[in-house]
Amino acid sequence: MTTDSIPVVRTTCQGAWWRGLPAGLAAFVLLALVAGPAWGMPQEAAPEYRALPFISSRVLMWAVAELHLMFAAFVLAVPMFALVIEFIGYRTGDKRYDQLAYDFTKLLSVSFSFTATLGALLTFGLLVFYPALTQYLVKIFSWTFLPYVLLFFLEAFFLYAYYYGWGKLSPRLHLFIGLMLNLVGTAIMFIANAWLTFMNTPNGIDDMGNLTSLWEAINNYTWMPINIHRLIANVAFGGAIGAAYGAFKFLGAKTLAAKAHYDWMGYIGIFVAICALLPLPFAGYWLGVEIYAYDQSLGITLMGGTFSWLFIVQAVLIGNLFLAANYYLWLSMARIPGAERFRGFIKYLLGVITLCFIVWATPHSLVATVEEARAMGGSHHPILNVLGVMSAKNTAVNLLILTTYVSFLLYRRANKEATVSWARIGNWIQFGIFAVVVIYVVFLGVYGYFVDAQTRIGLSRPQVLSVLFAMASVTVIDLFLFKNAKSRGEIVWGKISARSQYALFFLAITFTWLMGLMGYVRAGMRQHWHVYGVMRDTSVDAFTPTLGFAGGVVSAIVIVFFLLIAIVFFLAGLSGRKDWTPKSGSRWNEEETTVSTEPA
Amino acid sequence: MNLFVLLGIAAVMVLIQQVLTRWIQLNRIAWLGIWWVALWAAFSYGINPPLPNSIIVLFMAIITIALMAYLSADNEELEEARQSIVRFMVAQEYRIALVIVLLVIPAAVAAWTYASMNEAPQPPSSGRTIHPPPPSSITFAGNSIDLATANNPYRELEHTDEAAFAAHVANGRRIYFQNCFYCHGDNMQGAGMFAHGYDPLPANFNDATTIAMLQESYLFWRIAKGAPGLPSESTPWSSAMPAWELFLTEEEIWDVILFLYEYTGYEPRAQGMPH
Ligand code: HEC
Ligand code: HEM
Repeated sequence: MTTDSIPVVRTTCQGAWWRGLPAGLAAFVLLALVAGPAWGMPQEAAPEYRALPFISSRVLMWAVAELHLMFAAFVLAVPMFALVIEFIGYRTGDKRYDQLAYDFTKLLSVSFSFTATLGALLTFGLLVFYPALTQYLVKIFSWTFLPYVLLFFLEAFFLYAYYYGWGKLSPRLHLFIGLMLNLVGTAIMFIANAWLTFMNTPNGIDDMGNLTSLWEAINNYTWMPINIHRLIANVAFGGAIGAAYGAFKFLGAKTLAAKAHYDWMGYIGIFVAICALLPLPFAGYWLGVEIYAYDQSLGITLMGGTFSWLFIVQAVLIGNLFLAANYYLWLSMARIPGAERFRGFIKYLLGVITLCFIVWATPHSLVATVEEARAMGGSHHPILNVLGVMSAKNTAVNLLILTTYVSFLLYRRANKEATVSWARIGNWIQFGIFAVVVIYVVFLGVYGYFVDAQTRIGLSRPQVLSVLFAMASVTVIDLFLFKNAKSRGEIVWGKISARSQYALFFLAITFTWLMGLMGYVRAGMRQHWHVYGVMRDTSVDAFTPTLGFAGGVVSAIVIVFFLLIAIVFFLAGLSGRKDWTPKSGSRWNEEETTVSTEPA
Repeated sequence: MNLFVLLGIAAVMVLIQQVLTRWIQLNRIAWLGIWWVALWAAFSYGINPPLPNSIIVLFMAIITIALMAYLSADNEELEEARQSIVRFMVAQEYRIALVIVLLVIPAAVAAWTYASMNEAPQPPSSGRTIHPPPPSSITFAGNSIDLATANNPYRELEHTDEAAFAAHVANGRRIYFQNCFYCHGDNMQGAGMFAHGYDPLPANFNDATTIAMLQESYLFWRIAKGAPGLPSESTPWSSAMPAWELFLTEEEIWDVILFLYEYTGYEPRAQGMPH
């Protein structure tokens, strides 16, 4: 073949002695973490790869890395909204918020240990199974390991101080610790993101793969987009898992007060998740554009080529996320007196969602038999073709976002009746804003077919901005509209069907699956490269697995993750139990050990 | 679009709602069933050329989920639906209807099996990748061309020297009609005189999802290397596109690319966007 004329990097260390210093330090720390067999290996004799009996080392590393990512995402995300909720409690003086924030925080300490264990396992595995690649990355990023390790220690300190200091420290100090925890956590993620984005879009190196600028290697094309995309996706993921915890406790709750509390917890969790879900498509789109800009070959592999079918699976998952989120909101209305008034809207909202879902999931490359293809006059279907490209998808996802927002709006006003004199006009203005924005978004989508690619990509910006504008302005009007509103009754927390709680499980599992799938894409799009265009994968695993196989591995990872999360849930629930007391006669009494719950 | 079919489906829906409901009370399950069938009929028969089966299955799966969400989005409605099913299964008055349903379900499965066994054998359908990923660089006549940075060297003449640009486009036109139009057709719709013999069919350049989405260096690669140069992933490509490096010079390929864009009125996708 005519490809790949770029030299493959040899990983011999050269240069001034001090260059090796941080690498040595880092290697020392890494080795200290994992100790054991790696100690005895003389560097020169190290092979490029090692294999395992029964399972391919790639699949093992894949699973360990993804599980580490999932737990890390969770551990980073929970403090973000726990802090916000705690702050609300501090400002309003409402104890329930404080309790809720603490309930979320309880999930952290065990998860943190899992994250660290999996991280050590990952490092260890990389050293053992991929020594050449690991050496190269350590060489490039040697200076980043020291701050990483330091930050990790700080993270541990702040995390445990935040957890154990609950109610023991002054609220301000506690909030400050929470803030530091978030800052440190985000910094850790940014550093780790530099390593992995470098592998996809290497930068700051010369033709031979030697480092020329550490900052450029860190700030490569996809670093910032992935930082942002992950930051937001983590919050969505953490919120969904937190909501699943609420659902889990709700379904097992024995008292009305406990049901009410955990219903509320599930609602807040999913509220956080949906708020983060709404801007995700934009962040993902930006990431896609940067990948395309770095190298069209990578971009096409991802969106139009080898992985185009995977993105159909992604679209189906995301469509389901939006559908389930709306479904949960509709079911939630059962707990609000007065919500019956809005039932009639559900079918229209559902209609729009279904239509957008269909457009969003329509593939560009079709699966068709020869006969079907002939009938279509080619591999493109003249009508589906229109739906298969970015203009249509962007329009669909913008409308999905707006629809979800409308569901929220209805939920918010379910028990309210406006008393202001301009209520009617206000409603009409809101409606007008929606109408204009929807027409504008659809117009831009259609217009996109008549302009060149560069302009078309530019069109996504006004689309996004107009949707953001609609959400912001309607919210502001709504705030004034329902000031001093007449209430039709309080929200009755806990008065909700079990179905809604299963919808929360569904959301959590779907998010996790999506995350696993996208983690695979991120690594898979390099195909037979370890570091794209710089260091070739010469192992026996250098092929791209089939989508079915990858789906199987991702599913297995998701199952393992939920088994581990079940342990976290179980352990977090222990603190709420009554103290164990020996009972005369029986070994212990069943009722004693069943869940007793905190006051709401 | 098959307007008559779509209008017919809509008319039947209106009839059911306006006329049939005078005699028969339709509950929500029945309504959702009617919607399901109507949408299925619309996707299967209302669109021309027909949608591939894989797409109909995907769409109907989404619609099924949505209809079920609708049914269960409201506690009272769901309870009513549940009760009507129970009533249908236990009440004396529905005995005959129940027997009919119990017979129709296996009969439908049998009919479906019979129909699918009677279809002419077909090669399995495959998900073809429309735009395969290009390599990072190619060699052309001994020189290496970096596809990430290569640009059409004559593109800038469009603004600097219109006469020279027009000459290049004219040359592209000559090349197109001497080499490409047998397959890609005289109006670039991929319907040239040889086209019916090929699977996959030659690309339709008027389509907004072919050259309008691609960079010129991508086209250069596809034209120079043709089907033999397609990547080793996602095979089999089964493409009839010849490797034009054997017949055309570098300049001729850039010229024919200019002509493709000139004729269709599309702009090529720009290279690398600001970081
Ligand atoms: C023997 C028939 C044949 C001839 C002659 C032919 N092509 Fe093609 N071409 C095809 C087929 C079939 C495809 C679609 C399959 C594929 O992508 O390889 C195609 C695809 C293409 C594509 C890829 C479009 C895309 O969207 O990826 C380009 C560009 C192209 N042809 C340009 C040309 C040019 C320019 C010429 C004349 C120099 C030419 N072709 C001559 C059969 C032909
Ligand atoms: C509709 C909106 C989207 C949603 C809900 C979504 C959701 C997610 C989630 C949950 C993750 C896992 C985050 C993590 O690992 O921390 C993720 C990662 C990713 N997403 Fe998206 N995404 C969306 C759009 C996109 C788009 C349009 C692209 C286009 C390229 C994209 C590309 C990626 C990639 C490459 C990753 C892997 C990042 C990594 O783990 O390193 N996403 N996405």
